[in-house]
Amino acid sequence: MSQRVGTQSVLLDPPPYLSATATVGGPMEGQGPLAGDMDRIYNRLLAGEKSFEAAELKMLEECCLLALGKGNLNVDEIDYFIAGDLLNQTISSGFSALKLSIPYLGVYGACSTLNLALSLGALLVAGGVAQHVMAATSSHNSSAERQYRYPTEYGFKRPPHAQWTVTGAGAGIISREGGGPKITAITTGKVVDLGVKDPLALGAAMAPAAASTLISHFQELERDPSYYDLILTGDLGQVGRQVYQEIMVREGYSLPRYHDCGTMIYNLERQPVDAGGSGCACIAVVALGHIYQRIRRGEFNRVLLVATGALHSPTTCLQGNSIPVIAHALALEN
Amino acid sequence: MAPRIPSRLKLTQQEFDQITQKITPRPPLARNAVIAFLSGGLICLIGQLLQNLYASFGYSTQEASSATVSTVIFIGSLLTGLGVFDQIARFAGAGTAVPVTGFANSLTSAALEFKKEGLVTGLSSKMFTLAGSVIVLGVVTAFVAGIIKSLFL
Repeated sequence: MSQRVGTQSVLLDPPPYLSATATVGGPMEGQGPLAGDMDRIYNRLLAGEKSFEAAELKMLEECCLLALGKGNLNVDEIDYFIAGDLLNQTISSGFSALKLSIPYLGVYGACSTLNLALSLGALLVAGGVAQHVMAATSSHNSSAERQYRYPTEYGFKRPPHAQWTVTGAGAGIISREGGGPKITAITTGKVVDLGVKDPLALGAAMAPAAASTLISHFQELERDPSYYDLILTGDLGQVGRQVYQEIMVREGYSLPRYHDCGTMIYNLERQPVDAGGSGCACIAVVALGHIYQRIRRGEFNRVLLVATGALHSPTTCLQGNSIPVIAHALALEN
Repeated sequence: MAPRIPSRLKLTQQEFDQITQKITPRPPLARNAVIAFLSGGLICLIGQLLQNLYASFGYSTQEASSATVSTVIFIGSLLTGLGVFDQIARFAGAGTAVPVTGFANSLTSAALEFKKEGLVTGLSSKMFTLAGSVIVLGVVTAFVAGIIKSLFL
């Protein structure tokens, strides 16, 4: 039986398997260093659709179907579909659930959605109420840009700490039995706020949430950084990643095997993405694609995913509120 | 809303602010200003050449300058529609934002974006989401300037 440890963590027993995953990316992601690990790349931002919202939906649907195919499963065999995205009313997820016709749990955790969905799925499977659960998330640069910032064709100068919302989607199937890495532990984040008000400085804003969740994870499960072959944050980007490392050092932890998906998905020197990637799809595409395949090949045996999310909206920022942030951690072990 | 630091962290608000300030790269302000000056100047130069051209057709100075403004707005909108304006603006910054090209871009980009939400509810009503402020503040400024002029000059 699963066991609750401390105030935020759960050790899953029997640990469910992350039995199959699929990822899709957009044009910029297709030119990035991890393109080879994506199942499908769309060369146009519209992906043959009439709007960016429809394109994002198409990518998410396609990604879910790819994951089902790779897991040799039918929709009828999936007990729950847990998904979320960045758009108002999480439309990409809700609309894709219409097509999939699987009992649907819609979630919102901004860019931390992947770990939120995987955690809930793992709890359902470990709790014995589901055989297979599909967790999925998506983001699209243009639909996010339009909702959070300006119209897509509006021209402005981006500050060097701004990040680029990843276009793409990721889906993972959590199963009671099967192959692949096991989800052994989760640490659910608490919302924190260190007063950052600039919605373009999300990397730095989210760093304390990642630090807080990681330290809780280590303390509650009595682990230290050497337990993991890789600790992977979601989308702190070039600036947030350094802020994060500096905080961790001050708290007494050095992280020798640490990476951030936001700095991995693009070639930061050649692609015009400033401080790196962000968005729900950032960690989804990197962790469920590139990293998942390396775990399955045995190159990594213990990986901790720390997905970070900023829970603001354009309205709260314009009304002068600072940005509340969260991070969820999830351990994958062979 | 008061900032909340997670209890597990020893980090203080002041330390966090210091760390972020130290690590966040500063925009290259001098370089941006020079690029904006040169690119904005280039746009104005093109405008002046257009105005001279129109004047050579026999239009008065006022007529020629109206025609020039219309032409530059047309070019800015066309480049927005072709999807290149935002790329130029990412380089030029205030150089394209300050001249009337920035106004044209803010209108056209919003119109393009909201076209899919309908001609009335989308395009027409949301076209001025960005440019509305220019018009409101422009009118207010003109009003204040007009009062000052009529009272003191």
